[in-house]
Amino acid sequence: MPRSSNSLPAVFAAIMACWLAAMPAAAQGVLTVAMTAGDLPTDTGIPDQGFEGLRFVGWTLYDALVEWDLSRGNAVSDLKPGLATDWHIDPADPRRWIFSLRHGVRFHDGCAFTADDVLWNFARFNDPASPQFYPPQYAAARQYFVNYDGIEKIDDFTIAIRTKQVESLFPYAMSYVPLIGRCRAQALHYDWTAYADAPSGTGPYRFLRMVPHERMEFTANKDYWDPDRVPRQDRLVLLPMPEPATRVAALLAGQVNFIEAPPPDAVEVLKRRGVHVVSNDYPHSWVYTLNFTKGPFADLRIRQAANYAIDRAQFVALLHGLATEEYAQIPPTLPYYGHPRRYDYDPAKAKALLTEAGCSPCVLHLAMSTSGSGQMQPLPMNELLKSQLDAVGFQVDFQVMDWNALIQILRGGVGKYPDLDGWNGARALMDPANAIIKPVGREFWSPFGMNWGHYSSAEAEELIRRIDGEFDPDKRLILLTRLNELESEDATSLFVVHDMEPRAFSAKVEGYVEAQSWFQDLTRIRIAP
Amino acid sequence: MLKFLLFRLIYAVPIVLGVSIVCFSLVHIAPGSPLQSVLPPDASPEAAALIAHAYGFDQPLPMQYLLWLLHVLQGDLGLSIASHRPVAQEVLGSLSNTLLLAEFAVPLAVLLGCGLGAAAGSSAGTSLDRVLTGIAVTGISLPSYWLAIIMVMLFSTELMLLPVTGMGSAGSTDFHVWRWADARYLILPVVSLSLIPIGIIARTTRAAVAEIRRMDFVLTLRAKGLGEIAILRHVLKNALPPILAVIGLQFGYLVGGSILVETIFTWPGTGSLLGKAIINRDIPTVQGAMLVLSVVFVITNLLIDLLQSAIDPRIRRG
Repeated sequence: MPRSSNSLPAVFAAIMACWLAAMPAAAQGVLTVAMTAGDLPTDTGIPDQGFEGLRFVGWTLYDALVEWDLSRGNAVSDLKPGLATDWHIDPADPRRWIFSLRHGVRFHDGCAFTADDVLWNFARFNDPASPQFYPPQYAAARQYFVNYDGIEKIDDFTIAIRTKQVESLFPYAMSYVPLIGRCRAQALHYDWTAYADAPSGTGPYRFLRMVPHERMEFTANKDYWDPDRVPRQDRLVLLPMPEPATRVAALLAGQVNFIEAPPPDAVEVLKRRGVHVVSNDYPHSWVYTLNFTKGPFADLRIRQAANYAIDRAQFVALLHGLATEEYAQIPPTLPYYGHPRRYDYDPAKAKALLTEAGCSPCVLHLAMSTSGSGQMQPLPMNELLKSQLDAVGFQVDFQVMDWNALIQILRGGVGKYPDLDGWNGARALMDPANAIIKPVGREFWSPFGMNWGHYSSAEAEELIRRIDGEFDPDKRLILLTRLNELESEDATSLFVVHDMEPRAFSAKVEGYVEAQSWFQDLTRIRIAP
Repeated sequence: MLKFLLFRLIYAVPIVLGVSIVCFSLVHIAPGSPLQSVLPPDASPEAAALIAHAYGFDQPLPMQYLLWLLHVLQGDLGLSIASHRPVAQEVLGSLSNTLLLAEFAVPLAVLLGCGLGAAAGSSAGTSLDRVLTGIAVTGISLPSYWLAIIMVMLFSTELMLLPVTGMGSAGSTDFHVWRWADARYLILPVVSLSLIPIGIIARTTRAAVAEIRRMDFVLTLRAKGLGEIAILRHVLKNALPPILAVIGLQFGYLVGGSILVETIFTWPGTGSLLGKAIINRDIPTVQGAMLVLSVVFVITNLLIDLLQSAIDPRIRRG
């Protein structure tokens, strides 16, 4: 719009332009990421803030024995060698895993990585008598050490890990456990607050500085042991930015050049402003976990009726296409999807099943949170769900709570909340154990595991037993596929949608590949001048 | 005056203690667990017991409170469950960031609020009064987070004049208020935060000025031939005690931090810290922050009381 040169706005704009011109130019090659986390993840080992913490702090500073292949976007990520170059089960003992460690790896503080570092880290996670034992990390590590029974050093570059039970999927558990620098921790006399300001790992980025709650900065580790993953940027800056509108505004204003999870209704605006928006399938599930011991969902017909009542296309439309319809515990991209029973939207069938079960009106007491890790947009999505379920004869009564309170329900299990028919929460389906075994296995009945509603099936138990003992990947895949199909037949959840993990970044950000994973590789990103 | 000050200081002690007990109890009554942020959802009871012991949550509640109080008296507010850093360091750092906002938001609110209120009160019943009162009511009624988002859209994403988020390009530890590159980060949060106090102060000032202008002594002043400016000076002096009380309360509101505004701008202040601590059930941080804020609030009100009594000795006698 033309303006007269002597107008007040023009003068104001000129003054502002002078001020802005006086500011130092932004450094080249800096990737500035706005995370969805409300705070900076902790950096003393396994980070907090869920998988976002591992994604941005865990796998930047540290490595694990086993890592995830994040190099491709056209296939679901699976395991690859990390600090261990290979691993196999001891032919003489199916509860003893042998890991060969990588030679020539150095921590950022210069110390060489050896078997002693693995033993030291495992004691830190598990042994209250060791000087390096750190309760917050003990707590964070519990879910990955459920089956861990001990570790021994065979030589400087070979270790053996014993498990309590035979578990062919055990290496997956090791892929979530970053190993920290022993030398740095010892030099700081196990002062973990001091360590948090000077962490040392073997990862592709070195810690530069942190302003608590505000920003964490890293520089590229040019000596990283994997030449393919030496960062192509000079610096990585992480900013916690939980408010979606703020993340979008910060990207549009040029304050950051990469944001997590832009809200679906902002995607068109972002694209119009020249921002790149990417999304991909990944192992995520937005489901209802059900009560199998009491109430309507103890009846298979009612679980199936609820699944037939859901018009998943409406959810995808609500989320502007940034979700895919869900008909099983896992998305079809996973190799053990198979041919699960498909609950296409069929309200007539849903009504007939409810009538057959004699549940009318079929009252459901469901718990949901207003927000939370991976919960997508729980308020509008649950409103839609209620309208669809009520339309076929259900009568949904929601108990709405904050994320922390919902986790208490999750932790308490159906034994503590017997009158609750189900709760809504996202699931991370990175590995088969978390995706389809723990939610249904009897061994994992709450409150000691993820089988919240005490699902039980003789066939599922037999399949899990055989999966645990099957070390041939091809044969195991057949068993896993059958287990997934069984869970759909039994309608073990209310299947709704899979998230598509949208991310947005400036046109100057190049080389990013959106892996089909909760984790992503930032090292390949270049920042154009 | 000294006796008055002493009494007020003695009164402040039980108030602070009471606030700390209420905050401590409320956090424990709320659903959720303080161990939530450190334990995975499927942690075994043994793991939960070990962590509860490590953080002292295995003690009975009254004992937990007494132990906490004992440490507080030694200057130790404990360790944050979420960040594993000393709570005192966390709270004082965030308090200084919020005080920085308050340093600008309070004068802005006082100047504009008193100005608008005095102008409206001096012309009570006129069109000017109605317009100014309308502005004040709008200020009170507009949600500050809504205004914050609108200003971000206008000044940051459209005009690209001001930054959206954070406290300086390198964080609060490198923030210098007199450096424009940093100071520009203050503008949007300060304006958003000062909006409600402007409205409240303006309304209070208008009411006080309008009421005092109807008093006999104003008529006398006018009869003696004083000009309107001189009369307003007398009126404002008499109207000051209630206005000061409101300013004190608003200062407390700003120091407590606005969770919404600080979250939108990712400003690392007390509101932001408290918001995160409440969500994470980070009890040591919630307790420490509430205690420090209540002390600041009590001290602020004490200073306002002293100021009021200095201006109007009748208050001291009362």
